[in-house]
This record gives sequence, structure tokens and C-alpha cells, in this order.
Amino acid sequence: MKPSVKRFTQHPLFWPTITLALLLIVSSVFNPSFLALTWREGHLYGSVIDILNRAAPLMVVALGMTLVIAVRGLDISVGAVVAISATVAALMIGGSFSATGEVQSAHPLWLALATALAVAAACGLWNGLLVVKAGMQPIVATLILMVAGRGIAQLLTGGQIITVYYAPFFVLGNGYFLGLPVALWIAASLWIALHLLLSRTALGLFVRSIGGNPEAARVAGVRSSAITLCVYTFCGLAAGVAGLIVSSNVKSADANNAGQLLELDAILAVTLGGTALTGGRFTLAGTVIGALIIQTLTSMIYSLGVPPEVNLVVKSALVFTVMMLQSAEFRQLVARIARPNPSLQGNRR
Amino acid sequence: MKRLLPLTVTIVLFLAMAAFGAIRYDGFLSLQVFLNLLIDNAFLCVVAVGMTFVILSGGIDLSVGALIALTTIISATLLEAGWHPYAVMVTVLALGAAFGAVQGFLIQRFNLAPFLVTLAGMFWARGCCYLISTESIPIGDATYAAIAQARIPVGGGASLTIGGLIALVVVAIAMRIAHSTEFGRTVYAIGGGESSARLMGLSVDSTKIGVYLLSGLCAALGGIVMTFYMLSGYSLHAVGLELDAIAAVVIGGTLLAGGVGYVAGTLFGVLILGIIQTLISFDGSLSSWWTRIVVGALLLLFCLLQRLFEGRSPRAS
Repeated sequence: MKPSVKRFTQHPLFWPTITLALLLIVSSVFNPSFLALTWREGHLYGSVIDILNRAAPLMVVALGMTLVIAVRGLDISVGAVVAISATVAALMIGGSFSATGEVQSAHPLWLALATALAVAAACGLWNGLLVVKAGMQPIVATLILMVAGRGIAQLLTGGQIITVYYAPFFVLGNGYFLGLPVALWIAASLWIALHLLLSRTALGLFVRSIGGNPEAARVAGVRSSAITLCVYTFCGLAAGVAGLIVSSNVKSADANNAGQLLELDAILAVTLGGTALTGGRFTLAGTVIGALIIQTLTSMIYSLGVPPEVNLVVKSALVFTVMMLQSAEFRQLVARIARPNPSLQGNRR
Repeated sequence: MKRLLPLTVTIVLFLAMAAFGAIRYDGFLSLQVFLNLLIDNAFLCVVAVGMTFVILSGGIDLSVGALIALTTIISATLLEAGWHPYAVMVTVLALGAAFGAVQGFLIQRFNLAPFLVTLAGMFWARGCCYLISTESIPIGDATYAAIAQARIPVGGGASLTIGGLIALVVVAIAMRIAHSTEFGRTVYAIGGGESSARLMGLSVDSTKIGVYLLSGLCAALGGIVMTFYMLSGYSLHAVGLELDAIAAVVIGGTLLAGGVGYVAGTLFGVLILGIIQTLISFDGSLSSWWTRIVVGALLLLFCLLQRLFEGRSPRAS
């Protein structure tokens, strides 16, 4: 293989991009209008835009998850945090009809959003404290909030689904800016901000060093506890943002179902993108592609008219394939099968 | 003795909750109420016992809830097709064991993360449920109905179901396996340190596969117990049960890092989860979501407690 081609195929984003491209090609073969974009009601309209819009909350959560996984952590409470953030925002906005028939919000919109995000960040900080200060395994530490979080959200709402009537709130999940969905702008700006922060400052290096070898990083003078705390807090915050987008999109907050199984999809998106679950190696762009793969797959299954029940089986096949491709033992096995006579190979060398 | 401390705390906590219930609510202190803890949580108990072995070996199995649902739905479908009830039971047990063994093989042979493998297994099993049927399938088989309604009197007017009995038998067998077989000792050794277990010449590879096989088998048995309890097969049965099982194991005093814990603790972990629900239903004014909050708080308590013990034991230097 030519060196230039090899460098291209060995790029960490090669396989995720190929997977996404394949999915898009298959979709457009079965549905010729899949890639078509039209301008309708002042914004772009089409299947691709729809996928981008729907993938936005997953992208946001998965970006936070990427950093947590990069420092050898895991956060399985993000789904519960999405529910908490959605509930807090919906409760604070409320919405009552005034005498003139106009919908008023109980608290100013900015205050409701800020409180929801602050609560979500506090959830992340709590996870971080359990991991860093109490020294718990990340999966256990976040399991606590995963179990209790939905209970707390249901406690806040009294088990009811809170409906929001205040229209300005709907912009987050349904609005458009410069022809593109607002949710997409949020996800994209978060990605770009994070990318700049991690590539233009030493923070990215620190995160990689903590994930690579926490003890060595600490000895080398990296403030690993503080950085790990920040990473978990950010992950909570990201889940909070996703919660706002989700609740704004459906104009309500369902403490029991909002963000259900989102933690699994987020971990899946991160792994699909090529971030190592063992920490140290991460790629934000890969995560975004991973989130798009999951959403494209879901949309494709619906648009092909395949029963949606197949979705989970296909997803499991996808996880399985990616898992095997990332396993060094599996690659060795394949290499051995491809070259059945190792002794001959050795002589030639 | 220090190792028995988490188990002691679990049992004391259970007794304290029982005492609280007995003082606070009329009719709480009866044998039947306590037997009902076992009857209503029999499937959870069976699954949690399998999960105990997985966690003792330092792994995790997220697929058990989905596997239970798959078991109930396959059982219901096969019974509808006119299979003999006992043939159905043997078939689903074999399927569960095979499913677990495949997961174990992938984890062991390709050195994959148990979390990811069993996550894929969870998606696959739940997906297969949806493929077979999205509707709930009732079970009208006479044998199943008879087993479901059978009551074993234990004296004093109280009685136990077959499901509850199965749970107790499973706990007894599992205690025997964990503490006095080569397999059980190897599981503890792997949880304590896989490379040291390997250096000691223990059969780490086959034991690791065996642990997941056992968990799959327990999940299938849990599924059978659930079909007795629900008399239906449904793709949405046992959603999130894997979390309850993990919680029961942790509350039972098993260290999530592996290597330390008791099967008996898991039984009490399950009973504690059950008694929380019973207390809440006896109270009547508390809503169901308090269960989640209390379980979360208990998880926190036990994890912190474990960290405390680890910090003090000389092992953790």
C-alpha cells in the first residue's frame, strides 16, 4: 500500500467517516430525495437537516462523555441529568395565561435556563466529587445518580408530565437561525468552543496525560483531581443543555422518560467515533460523527419502511463490529488468518 | 472478621427496617409479609445471584434484564406453538446459558470491555424481543398456571410460591458453589487480581466464560420465575432490572471492584430493596419514586462504607 494511502486509512476518523458515508449512500439509494435540500418557510428543509436537528442533543451529551471517557471515567447518569434539567426548566417557566390570553412565564426565561444548567452542572460536580474525593469507580459513582436522579425529577414534578406553553422557550428545540436549526447551532458551537479550548491550550494535553496514566500525570505536576472534577462537571452541564433542547422540542418535561437510554447512546457515539474506552485517546470530531451515525441509522430504518423493532438489533450489530475492530486480539486473529504461513513470512524477512 | 462487616451492616440494616415497619404499621410483623418480600422479588433474587458472580470476578453484566424479557417472550411463543412446558423450560435455560457463554467468550478471547459486550447483548436481546412480538403474549398453559398458583405452606397460615422456593434454592446452591468449589474460589481469585490468579495456575479463561454463562443461566431461570409470576411474555418486562440487580449486589456488601463479597449478602440486598417498596406501600402516602431515591441513597451509603473499609485494610496500600 502506498504510504500516502496508508496514512489516510490509518487516520482515526477514517472508519467512522466511511461508516457514515456508507449509511448516507444506502439511504440515498433507497430514497432518492434523501439528500435533497429545499428552502421552506424561511429555513432549510430536508432529511439531512432533520437528522442533524435530531442528533443535536446526543452530540452535546456525547461531547461531554468524550472528555469523561478520555480521563478514564464513565458517566452513566447523563440520562437522569437530562430529565432533571428538563424538569427544572419546565417547572420554572411554567406558563400561565394572563387576562389578555397571552402566555406568561413564571420566572424570566434566562433565569429558568440558568437554574436548569446550574442544577445539571451541580449533578456533574457531585459525580466528580464521588470519583475524585471518595475514590469510587466511575461506573458506581454515577450509578447512584442514575438510580436516584429520575426519582428526584419525579419528586419535583409530583410524577406528572409538565407541559410548557411559553412560546419563546420552544426556540431551542424547534427554532431556526440563518436557515439552520437552533439546536444544531448550539451543538456546533459547543463542539468548536471545546475544540479550541483543548487544542489551543494545554488542557487537551493534560486530559490525554491523565487518561494515559493518571499516576504519571500527577507526578508530572498535572492537577489531575481539579481537571477530572471539571470534566465531570462539564459532562453534567452538557447533559443539562441536552435536557433543555429535548424539553423545548417536545414542549414538555417527562421526568420518567426524558433522556431514557441516552447514556448508552452517548457511550456508543463516543466509541463509534474512535475514542478509546480505556482513556487517553479521544477525538471530538469522531464523537460528532458517531452521534450522526446513530441518528442516521435510526432515521434510515424508519425511512426504509423497515419495522422500527429492527433498530436495536442493528445497533447491537454496530456496537459489536466496532468493538471487534478496536480489539487488538481480533486484529491479530484476522492477520493470522490472512497470512496462514507465518514461518515462510519469517524466512523472507 | 473485617470482611464480614459489610454483610453484617446489610443484615442489621434489614432488621432495623423491619423493626421500623413493625413499630410504625399494623400488620407489618407477620410471616407472610416477609415471605412476600421473597415471592415478589424472586426473579430479581435469582438474577442478582448470577450478577454476584460476575461482579465478584470484576466484571459487569448489563444484558440480564433484556435476557429475562427474551426468555418470557420465547417461553410464551413456544407454549403457544404447543410445546411441552418442561421442554420449553429446558430450551430457554439452554438458550440463556448459551447467550451468556457467547458474551463470556467475547470478553475473554478478545479482551473486550464487559460493559460494552453486555451492552451490545442487551440491545440484541431486547431487539429480538421486539422482533418476536411487540404485544404482550398471555400464557394459558395448564402446567404454568398450576405452578403459578401453587402455594407451599410453611406453617402459621403463611405460604411460599414455587418462584420463591426456586430463589431460595438458587441462593443455597450458589453459596455452595462460591465457597466450596474450585470454580467459586477461582472467581474470587480473578476478582482479587487476574494476573496473579493466572500466575497461580488457575483456569482463568474457562472460569471467566463460566461466570457469564452462569449469569445468562440465572437470567433465563429468573425469566422462567417471572413467567410464573406474570403469566405472560412481554418485550417490556424487566426494563432496568440489571440496575436493580447491581444495586442489590452492592447493598449486599459485594465490592464492585471484585474479589470481596458473599452470595448471602445479595439475598439480603434483594430483601432490602423489597422491604423499601413494602414500607412505601404500607405507608400509602409516599409515592413510588421515593423507592428510587432511597435505593440511590443506600447505594451511596454502602459505596462510601466500602471505601472506608478498603482504606483501613492493609491490602489497599
